[in-house]
Amino acid sequence: MSEEQIKNLEAQFEERIARDEKIEPKDWMPEKYRKTHIRQMSQHAHSEIIGMLPEGNWITRAPSLRRKVALLAKVQDEAGHGLYLYSACETLGISRDELYEQLHTGKAKYSSIFNYPTVTWADMGAIGWLVDGAAIINQVPLCSTSYGPYARAMIRVCKEESFHQRQGFEIMMKLAQGTPEQKEMAQDALNRWWWPSLMMLGPTDAESVHTEQSMKWKLKRKSNDDLRQQFIDQTVPQADLIGLTIPDSDLKWNEERQSYDFGPIDWDEFWQVVKGHGPCNKERMNARVGAWERGEWVRDAAMAYAEKQQKRKRTSLKKEVS
Amino acid sequence: MNMKENLYKYILGIADNSLILGQRLGELTGHGPSLETDIACTNISLDLFGQVRSYYQYAAKIKGDNTTEDEIAFLRREREYLNVLLVEQPNTDFAYTITRQFLFDVYHFMFLTELEKSHDVTLSAIATKSMKEVSYHQRFSSDWVRRLGDGTEESKEKIQGAINALWTYTDELFHQTEADKAMVEEKNGVDVTTLKDKYYDTVNAILTEATLDVPESKWFQKGGKKGIHTEHMGYLLSDLQYMQRTYPNMEW
Repeated sequence: MSEEQIKNLEAQFEERIARDEKIEPKDWMPEKYRKTHIRQMSQHAHSEIIGMLPEGNWITRAPSLRRKVALLAKVQDEAGHGLYLYSACETLGISRDELYEQLHTGKAKYSSIFNYPTVTWADMGAIGWLVDGAAIINQVPLCSTSYGPYARAMIRVCKEESFHQRQGFEIMMKLAQGTPEQKEMAQDALNRWWWPSLMMLGPTDAESVHTEQSMKWKLKRKSNDDLRQQFIDQTVPQADLIGLTIPDSDLKWNEERQSYDFGPIDWDEFWQVVKGHGPCNKERMNARVGAWERGEWVRDAAMAYAEKQQKRKRTSLKKEVS
Repeated sequence: MNMKENLYKYILGIADNSLILGQRLGELTGHGPSLETDIACTNISLDLFGQVRSYYQYAAKIKGDNTTEDEIAFLRREREYLNVLLVEQPNTDFAYTITRQFLFDVYHFMFLTELEKSHDVTLSAIATKSMKEVSYHQRFSSDWVRRLGDGTEESKEKIQGAINALWTYTDELFHQTEADKAMVEEKNGVDVTTLKDKYYDTVNAILTEATLDVPESKWFQKGGKKGIHTEHMGYLLSDLQYMQRTYPNMEW
């Protein structure tokens, strides 16, 4: 293809996106579009899978049968999200094994929030309420992103995430209305998860490298700072409602902006965790890689069995024919 | 024991198996050999806990005194749990997890098929609902026994090892407790002794199909049904009961 032809295709491609048409797997797409989508979608899938670990940490210790069932179902939903996001990613011509390889070698990233430890039961509430809350703010705009398989996956993911968020808030509410020990547990969890949740919306606009291109492809519709403000404005009244205090002494309502002003975020901490030195980065990777390695003989067996079955089928078919 | 106590103990004898097996499977969530097996094992755990809730809610009603499902699940002493030893065995590796599941599922499905005929309408209804789930569990675990048995040399060795090790816990499934006998007499319970031959026929057929050896050992362990457990049980309970013990009398 000549350079001019490619340019022509690219222009048509950008026009289609501008017209809000969906790009489908078999459509022509620029290589950069494909790569960017593999990066973002796989990062999202990895986050779901790694995200199972901090919550899985409390399945055996959930305080009631009702909570145990809800937590199991939630973590199972996350595995399901991982599964269809990996599948959506595979439509771009990369296999799940290759994507795992990128995760296990540290080439691919996942959401840094999951590198924090879950130390009390209240963390199950805080993760649902704050972490899933921030995730929804990030993800709702993706329901209308330009790449069809991703957009469709996100519609389902968002529905389930919003259920998780309500469930998390309900855990926190119950604690906040409980005994002094329970209330203290809830406040402590909010104190630990608040700032990392704000960081989940990504670095400030000035430092964000992917924003402009992502906006054009509708992988992003609002800037990180706008999303963060939206999250804060939405969450502060919820904390007020259940009598918990946001751990930010600078937080106050700004009448003029009709928004909350808030204190400075510790970006050094953010970069420390992103670069692999958070409280649980190593534990998370060890757990993932360990499960994968321990499972190798199982996957090999399944493959060998399937091959034997196929061979048997072929042999019996041959016999029938002859 | 009067009938009320018999019924109460009878329900626990059934439900505790699901509780403890569900708890064991819950340990694995996020750590399975593949995303698909992870989802399946979590799903089985969810089914089992769903069944547990139905049974314990019924048991709580029988017991009275404002007893709750959570008190029954979390606040008994180890000697008061009546599950068979098989279900409390640890997740040594995927071969053990699958074997434990398989050896229990085959029994569980046969048991529920009979329990459905109980004159106790609540137990019969729980059995009907659970059978749909357990027939899937049995399909899942039997398929994996076939895959691992007739897969690679390594997988065959591993699953054969697990079968040899867990075989000793199978006989207890068919022991009758006093509560069992009383319930059978009232036509509310299942005579588990009648399931034994069919159980071993089914299990042996699948093992043979999976090119595995049926263990010949006739030495069996028992005790769970009387509340005498293996040393693994205490640790399982300290996780299970942690919140209820540390923060007593609170709502969650």
